[in-house]
Amino acid sequence: MSSYILIIIIIVYLLFLFGVAFWAEKKAKRSWITNPYVYTLSLAVYCSAWTYYGSVGIAATSGVSFLTTYLGPVIAAPLWVIILNKIIRISKQHKVSSIADFISLRYGNDRFLGALVTLICIIGIVPYISLQLKAVSETFDIISGRFTNVSQTIFNDSTFYIAVLMAVFAAFFGTRTTDATKRKQGIVFSVALESVIKLIFFLVVGVYVTYYLYDGTIDIYDKMSSTENFASLIGFDTLESGVNWYFMMFLSFLAIFLLPRQFHLSVIENTNENHLKTAIWLFPLYLLLFNVFVVFIAWGGKLSFGDFANPDYYSLLLPLDNGHVFLATLVFLGGFSAVISMVVVSTLALSTMLSNNLIIPYGFLDKFSRSHPERNANYIKNIRRISIFCLILGAYFFYINFNIQLSLFAIGQLSFVIIAQLAPSFFIGLFWNRGSSRAAKTGIIVGTLITTYTLVLPFVLDTIFGYTGFIISGPFKIELLKPYAIFGIDFLNPVTHAFFWSMFANIGTYLIISLVFKGNYRERNYGEMFVNSNYNSLQENAFVWKGEAYVSDIRSVLKRFLGKERTDRALDLFYLKYDLPKDNEKADARLINFSEKLLTGNIGSASSRILISSVVEEQPISLVEVLEILEENKKTLSTNKFLKQKSEELTKLTDELKEANEELKDQDKLKNEFLDTVAHELKTPITSIMAASEVLIDNGDMVDELRIQFLDNILKDSERLSKLIHNILDLEKLASGRELLDKKVNTIDATIKKAISGIYTIAEKRNITIKIRESVAGLSARYDEDRILQVLTNLLSNAIKFVDDEKGIVEISYKNTEDFVQIIVVDNGKGVPKEDMKYIFDKFYQSKNQNTKKPLGSGFGLAISRQIIEGHKGSIWIDKNYQQGARFIIEIPR
Amino acid sequence: MNKKKIVIVDDEPNIVMSLEFTFKKNDYEVFIARDGSEAIDILKSQIPDIVLLDIMMPNVDGYQTLKYIRSNESTKNIKVIFLTAKNKVSDIEKGLKMGVDKYLTKPFSIKKIVEEVNELIK
Repeated sequence: MSSYILIIIIIVYLLFLFGVAFWAEKKAKRSWITNPYVYTLSLAVYCSAWTYYGSVGIAATSGVSFLTTYLGPVIAAPLWVIILNKIIRISKQHKVSSIADFISLRYGNDRFLGALVTLICIIGIVPYISLQLKAVSETFDIISGRFTNVSQTIFNDSTFYIAVLMAVFAAFFGTRTTDATKRKQGIVFSVALESVIKLIFFLVVGVYVTYYLYDGTIDIYDKMSSTENFASLIGFDTLESGVNWYFMMFLSFLAIFLLPRQFHLSVIENTNENHLKTAIWLFPLYLLLFNVFVVFIAWGGKLSFGDFANPDYYSLLLPLDNGHVFLATLVFLGGFSAVISMVVVSTLALSTMLSNNLIIPYGFLDKFSRSHPERNANYIKNIRRISIFCLILGAYFFYINFNIQLSLFAIGQLSFVIIAQLAPSFFIGLFWNRGSSRAAKTGIIVGTLITTYTLVLPFVLDTIFGYTGFIISGPFKIELLKPYAIFGIDFLNPVTHAFFWSMFANIGTYLIISLVFKGNYRERNYGEMFVNSNYNSLQENAFVWKGEAYVSDIRSVLKRFLGKERTDRALDLFYLKYDLPKDNEKADARLINFSEKLLTGNIGSASSRILISSVVEEQPISLVEVLEILEENKKTLSTNKFLKQKSEELTKLTDELKEANEELKDQDKLKNEFLDTVAHELKTPITSIMAASEVLIDNGDMVDELRIQFLDNILKDSERLSKLIHNILDLEKLASGRELLDKKVNTIDATIKKAISGIYTIAEKRNITIKIRESVAGLSARYDEDRILQVLTNLLSNAIKFVDDEKGIVEISYKNTEDFVQIIVVDNGKGVPKEDMKYIFDKFYQSKNQNTKKPLGSGFGLAISRQIIEGHKGSIWIDKNYQQGARFIIEIPR
Repeated sequence: MNKKKIVIVDDEPNIVMSLEFTFKKNDYEVFIARDGSEAIDILKSQIPDIVLLDIMMPNVDGYQTLKYIRSNESTKNIKVIFLTAKNKVSDIEKGLKMGVDKYLTKPFSIKKIVEEVNELIK
């Protein structure tokens, strides 16, 4: 393919990514931009060109050891829920913007430590970036068929332009705000998309090699197993290689946490801690998919090319060799995607560190503290932009000038070992509050020096100067100091060896110095905050500080970086949150801590600490004091918890009281309605009696027949009155519990028969059928028979009242449930209106839509029945679903 | 002279009986209705001088009956007395607002009722 066409393809692809990033930035709030899958896929930035091309190379030359790079993260993934979650929480609380910030903050905002971490990262990552560029350049040459070496001048080198474009991309989307902790959805989304692209294209070429060029996995295996040295490719031949394997896995385990690009995407760009739950299974799955075909591509390549081609590029060479240029181009784009995402995110993360932890705290602070907020913001952005360009161009020139014929894999591992020097201070500091700043710094330096001696130095001497005497016989012929075999340990491969010794020295130094020299109060303070990060509310008050500071001074520092508006808004929120008066002149520890956090996102934790302390007069506190205050805080926290609990109880009680009050009000209302009804019911017979008496008195000459009629009316209404009064008193007695039930063992059957005999005559007169359905003969229970009889009579007479003459049927049945006896009275009358069903048992109830109409009967029968049944600890209800009439159920305990 | 006509509307037959007897003796032509709907039926064929109206009755209550009387051209001038057990101030106000001519409460003296009726239709 002509290189011009390829350049056009690259440009189109880059424009596409620009577009995607731009668009994702705009829709950043949407759930399909910010979701756990995008988050997880963005973590796959881990798979750089090293994975894409390098794994195949290793699989072809050294066998399965390529897997260690992926097994480490797979093992790490389940631990994310604990460790990464903690890191994310701390970082959000303290507005951490990079791993350098994180480590320096843990050890008390130590400026030097932040700078040291930054340097380590740059030393480790820049060669790695240059390797990515190398991969682009070489694959470009393979596809375009130019088997030349690095181009003559940088200006005809396409890689140079590609590097510049990537820098533009990172600078454009990575430095839109000064606050480096702000999410960069555009970049995250494009990285996630690139992860999908590189996986798909890699799988495509895997399937192509395995099933198109060969007849499946077994075919490749069979052919491969007949070549020499096959055994060394599929397993461990010695115990030593097993040990190597173990260390390499541990190395990649650390890398997934510590690589700046991983830290950036997994911690800084995390929008929701819950996304981790998806990541812990999806990310290992992604890595697994990526590695399915590595071995087969490697073996397929080896079978096709023997030792005559660079095994790193088998995935490109195989389709090209078979004339499938289009497929090769896809593979190239997949690898290109891996490169872009790795380069962009790495430089972005490094540039933040470079600006916030190295350049600003060591040079620009004075300038900033005198300048305007807007100019400051621009300075900061420009520092980052220039950093991005410098880093990428630095990597490019590194690649041009040290055009070392190394596999991608080797430099990748070297970079891992260097970054791994951060591990002790990072991980131990997270769980051990005594780890001190001095220990962290010394440990990192010692570890790095040992790495340099055991890995970087011999490596450089060997590959660049071709000098191997140093490796073979050691410095000054001292055997014990041979760089690849310190103290005679010669069974480890150089990377593992360097990793082992540097970690050993690093951890040892860290632990010893931490134990021997106590850290100052500030680092101990942050140590507590990091280790106990779960006490979320403790966190807020965990910052210990003593001294004198004026709010106005702090405000003016903040203004210089955030501008007046943001400063005012932030401080307003702060005062609101802690309920402090706005006109406080003196600042307290919380405000100091709050202001430091505010600035951290913009200029890094070390700088913000220096700036804030430049306007406050801090008094040293002893370590004992810090610990006492923290202990105090913990106590306050538990007291607060106690108080909160009490106040919750109080609120609950108030609610209950309110509810009870409402209930009483309702009761009161019902009582009034009840009295109204009672009054009305009493007035009617009295009116009748009074009127009839008056007529009789005034008409002495009345005919006898009429007189008797009037007298009869008087008698009937008197009876009605008396019955009414009796019912009211009865109900009241039952409701107040003054009436004692005379409970004895009775037979249900007998009671029912008695009830029926009481109303039998009325029923017979109207030709209404009354049936008993016996189900359990001789069933008995303990109850007050007179009272139950009253209930049954009431239900039966109600039933008779509502059925038609002749056709009316009332059926009474009973049955035995586990602990209860049920008596059921069913009739085929007109039934109870649905809307009244809820209320028919209420003694005070008068159906609302019947407000001006008379309740049927005395209106007390069912209310009294309910009281009686409840007095028996049973229940009475109407079957709401019964359509053919009314169906009442009584249930009393046996 | 034509007899004065009175419609007695109440669902309590015993009360109605005493009222009916007394008004007949006082030379009224008496019509009996057991609820509002029966009263309205009667009003379709008769224009009485006065209606004695209970409020709490099944089906059509006293308020609805009064509303009917007051909203029909042929009946709107008939005198109406509420004769009811509802004796709360709010009930009385409501009745008067609806245009009842008198509001008398139960229990009552029959003589007093006759006097009130006579006075109202004089």
